[in-house]
Amino acid sequence: MPDMENTPKRVVAPKQPAYPIEHFVADAEDTPVVATDSATTDDAPRSQWSEAWRNLRRQPLFILSGILILAVIFVALFPGIFTNEPPNENCLLANSGGGPAPGHPLGFTQQGCDVLSRVVYGTQSSLMVGMFSTLGVLLIGGAIGAIAGFYGGWIDAILARLGDIFFALPLILGAIVVVQLPFFRENRSVWTLVVILVTFGWPQIARITRASVISVRNADFVTAARSLGVSRFSALLKHVIPNALAPVIVITTISLGTFIVAESTLSFLGIGLPPDVMSWGNDIFSAEPTVRTNPMPLFWPALALSLTVLSFIMLGDALRDALDPKARKR
Amino acid sequence: MSWYIIRRVLQLIPVFIGATLLVYFLVFSLPGDPTAAICGERGCTPAVEAALREQYNLDQPFWVQYFLFIKGVLTFDLGVNFAGREIATIIAEVFPTTARLAIMALVFEAVFGILFGLIAGLRKGKIFDSTILVVSLVVIAVPIFVLGFLMQFIVGVKLGWASPTVSGAAPFNELILPAVVLGLVSFAYVLRLTRTSIIENVNADYVRTATAKGLSRRRVVTVHILRNSMIPVITFLGADLGALMGGAIVTEGIFNVNGVGNTLYRAVLNGEAPVVVAIVTVLILIFCIANLVVDLLYAWLDPRIRYA
Repeated sequence: MPDMENTPKRVVAPKQPAYPIEHFVADAEDTPVVATDSATTDDAPRSQWSEAWRNLRRQPLFILSGILILAVIFVALFPGIFTNEPPNENCLLANSGGGPAPGHPLGFTQQGCDVLSRVVYGTQSSLMVGMFSTLGVLLIGGAIGAIAGFYGGWIDAILARLGDIFFALPLILGAIVVVQLPFFRENRSVWTLVVILVTFGWPQIARITRASVISVRNADFVTAARSLGVSRFSALLKHVIPNALAPVIVITTISLGTFIVAESTLSFLGIGLPPDVMSWGNDIFSAEPTVRTNPMPLFWPALALSLTVLSFIMLGDALRDALDPKARKR
Repeated sequence: MSWYIIRRVLQLIPVFIGATLLVYFLVFSLPGDPTAAICGERGCTPAVEAALREQYNLDQPFWVQYFLFIKGVLTFDLGVNFAGREIATIIAEVFPTTARLAIMALVFEAVFGILFGLIAGLRKGKIFDSTILVVSLVVIAVPIFVLGFLMQFIVGVKLGWASPTVSGAAPFNELILPAVVLGLVSFAYVLRLTRTSIIENVNADYVRTATAKGLSRRRVVTVHILRNSMIPVITFLGADLGALMGGAIVTEGIFNVNGVGNTLYRAVLNGEAPVVVAIVTVLILIFCIANLVVDLLYAWLDPRIRYA
């Protein structure tokens, strides 16, 4: 088995900037020694997270993207507040492709349905795919990356090869191959799509977690915790992971946008969410044939999609700036 | 260096086998008959079904199936599609178009991404830098199919500067617009990556030394700053070739390019599992080779890697 540590150029993904993370002693209650009693938490330097939060609050980019994301989540949770029109019931073919009318500010789709209402009700599934896929890759990729980075040796070698194998299939390509299988074609839903996206999306998070955990695992505070009798596993959970989290959170935020795009791309190709599920991707797909004559039913869901993705990317950027002191100084 | 090359090539083999095994397993071993689509709604008669299973080796145990498949890949015998055409012939027909499209997109994103990233990085915080950063964010956020329709509509239909669709032969000038669309998102990434990298290097000691010993600004920028900033960018570009091949599915659909992506998409819609597996295998192979080339370039640019 090749020695992983001596082959630094195994990572083929775009090189992530290194995050020099400020290390602080874990909170007093996390350290099972009475000796830390004298170190009151009040005198301790601010933690990385409260430091980051102070920085974030001053960033217009963060405030803007935060407001946008909260608004999108609110729309997804309570679509009824934003439109009186039910999305699918009052569709009259007489209205097919019609422009804005009283009560229908964004006009009508080819099927004569209200565009605004469809955009509003489509928020939920698009966001759900993004959120649950991100949660899935964070849990699976994060766990695999953390274990590979922390334990090293043959565990790392095997997990890294496994990641390489999945990495050789780009997300969209892998998803397209799997989505068309009879097994998935017959059970198309938000959940099967999430499973597929997680299956092909986890290696990226795993790589970043692994690199971040490796940069932390030999830090003095981990050695200190181990020498105080903390087991390897709980040192990983309580000391290594919290300090290795920053770059992972940044990439996770950005990948939430990526998954929303992936869902809409697959739906756009007609193989994503089933046609009876309202989503921005499905609406763009059904507006596509008439885009030359009536571009508006395509424009509005595309705008909603782009704004949502943009806010997650901006949030990721803002988090990166706040969590990376090196970037701040520049 | 030669040891490094040999080691990288050897590491490629398990990845290629693993990835093809994964695809093959998913397509041919999950519940559901991968050849069912050939007979449509009514289903095949038992005799036809048995013949099909034999033709696509589905009557063999899984490992034998996979072995026969890999043997076919190595001897350029990928079997036939549902209409009876040689899959290898189909790929050979459409592959040059997609290769041309992807390489044009790669050249576009590399040239403009590095150029704009260099200018923005050298003038950090100035108006050009801020504008280009906002533009790149928007480009990343807007999905490629929306950008595609937009460009097709504005440049192709309204302004008439380029043909909105691509004819069968796919000549160079008709491919410019699809290539720009295909490369646009990666262009934004290349730009941001170059910019960050330049900013990191512009205050390095060796840059000050180069300036202090009297080199012209042009030489300092091109030889010292730019060359040292290229390492992460080249890694990205290499890994991106595979993503471009995958992304070509959408772009080729919008611009009606008769390439690998379009063929794959039709095969997906028709449920032609053997064609899908064959094309994806070729794409995985390209992806692995592109990564290998990047690794070697990387080692050539940064001696620390090849001597490690």
